[in-house]
Amino acid sequence: MIDWLSVLLIVIKLVLIFAVVLTMAAYLVLAERKILARMQLRYGPNRVGPFGMLQPLADVIKLLTKEDLIPAGADRWLFILAPGLAAVTALLSFAVIPFSPPVTILGREIPMVVCDLNVGVLYFLGLSSLAVYGVALGGWASNSKYSLLGGIRGLAQLISYELSMGLALVPVVLQARSFSLTDIVLAQQALPFLVTNPVAFLIFLISVTAESRRVPFDIPEAENEIVAGFHTEYSGMRFGLFFVGEYINMIILSSVTTVFFLGGWLGPVLPGIVWFLVKVLAVSFFFIWMRGTLPRLRYDQLMHFGWKFLIPLALVNVLVTGAVLLWLRG
Amino acid sequence: MPILRDIKGTMLPFWVTLRNAFRKPVTIQYPEEKRQPPARYRARIILTRDPDGGERCVACYLCSAACPVDCISMQSAEAANGRRYAAWFRINFARCIYCGLCAEACPTWAIQMSPDYEFSKYSSIDMVYEKKDLLVDHGGKDNEYNYYRHAGIGVVNPRGGNEDENPPVDIRTNMP
Repeated sequence: MIDWLSVLLIVIKLVLIFAVVLTMAAYLVLAERKILARMQLRYGPNRVGPFGMLQPLADVIKLLTKEDLIPAGADRWLFILAPGLAAVTALLSFAVIPFSPPVTILGREIPMVVCDLNVGVLYFLGLSSLAVYGVALGGWASNSKYSLLGGIRGLAQLISYELSMGLALVPVVLQARSFSLTDIVLAQQALPFLVTNPVAFLIFLISVTAESRRVPFDIPEAENEIVAGFHTEYSGMRFGLFFVGEYINMIILSSVTTVFFLGGWLGPVLPGIVWFLVKVLAVSFFFIWMRGTLPRLRYDQLMHFGWKFLIPLALVNVLVTGAVLLWLRG
Repeated sequence: MPILRDIKGTMLPFWVTLRNAFRKPVTIQYPEEKRQPPARYRARIILTRDPDGGERCVACYLCSAACPVDCISMQSAEAANGRRYAAWFRINFARCIYCGLCAEACPTWAIQMSPDYEFSKYSSIDMVYEKKDLLVDHGGKDNEYNYYRHAGIGVVNPRGGNEDENPPVDIRTNMP
């Protein structure tokens, strides 16, 4: 027999998460434009509504009413599929992220996560690998040299940085002794892993930035070399999906960083959900801040940094963490 | 140590951007705030009047000859007192490049550049300004100057009768 109540609860959680994440993505775009503008001594969007608060709405209307063009030489079905892949894989990752301690309503304990997988870390890593298909297929299906170059760059970059990201998570799993994200958060009761293993945090943060294809790792869409990279040929809402996917991805990766290294919902005084939101927004702000600060890396610099520095460092870190843990536990 | 230099070069910019994020933006919010252009700013062209209220333009065609894009056209005429004027005077601002050569060519200070830059139109035919649109009721950059009080044929004073003028010379007295 199916427990209809738990199905209903999952649906409610899904709807809530969709609403919150999509709204956050829309306003993250606005926040990014505003913050970048202030860092460059401009005002940013402030014409649509008070303080430009309706700007995301105006953007959506613009994107929806724009001409939707599919190039004549494009691989039609892949071309249509790619933006969806980019956005959906980003959204799906949120299923395993615990955003609050379990709540008890009417004597029933409800975990504040859509699905507490016992292999949550692997699920997240798998989905973030799938996300590259959006970039690669979009770049390949467009049948344009810039798109293809962007797609190839995206592929190469994601493969390189996936490795160091996975390796940076190994110490976390070692310390928490679990693949479940809820357990990882609970293992940080005493100290967040940011404090106990700052090297892993640094490697993870850098890899995550590369993973989300944001400045200074935005070479798949480097404007001044390859027009707009993999989404050169996209217009209207298809481009919008890529765009929104990037920001959903940013939220996901901020949440994941929060869960793995900043102690998730744990924090004094304030309720768990508030702490979680504050931490996610802080990491998102750091991403935006970094975009306003650092210039784009050259392609070979990116590869050198990934393969010759980050991955060896992550490997050494895994070894050292493992040795220290073994020693501590006798 | 290059690695220390690299770390410093990566960290310091974060402080710079954060510091600048709290400074006042330099943007001028255009329709609400407007920048006062300098007095010699070259925008809409005007036809000025002399302090006695007469039109300064003597329809000499020098401005239209100087104009590199040929956007000035006019027809000269002569009043009963011998004063020349433009029967019609037309500037096509859709074509004008605001180079100011017409104002430099003008011998009577009639045609001048004004700092009024806000005159966009929906249709380019509306950018064609006739004499009535160009004429203003002041002297522009020089409110004192009246061409006919310094030179020209006897409109204000008899010929050669202005203060800084000599009477006409009988050319035959110059012969050896």
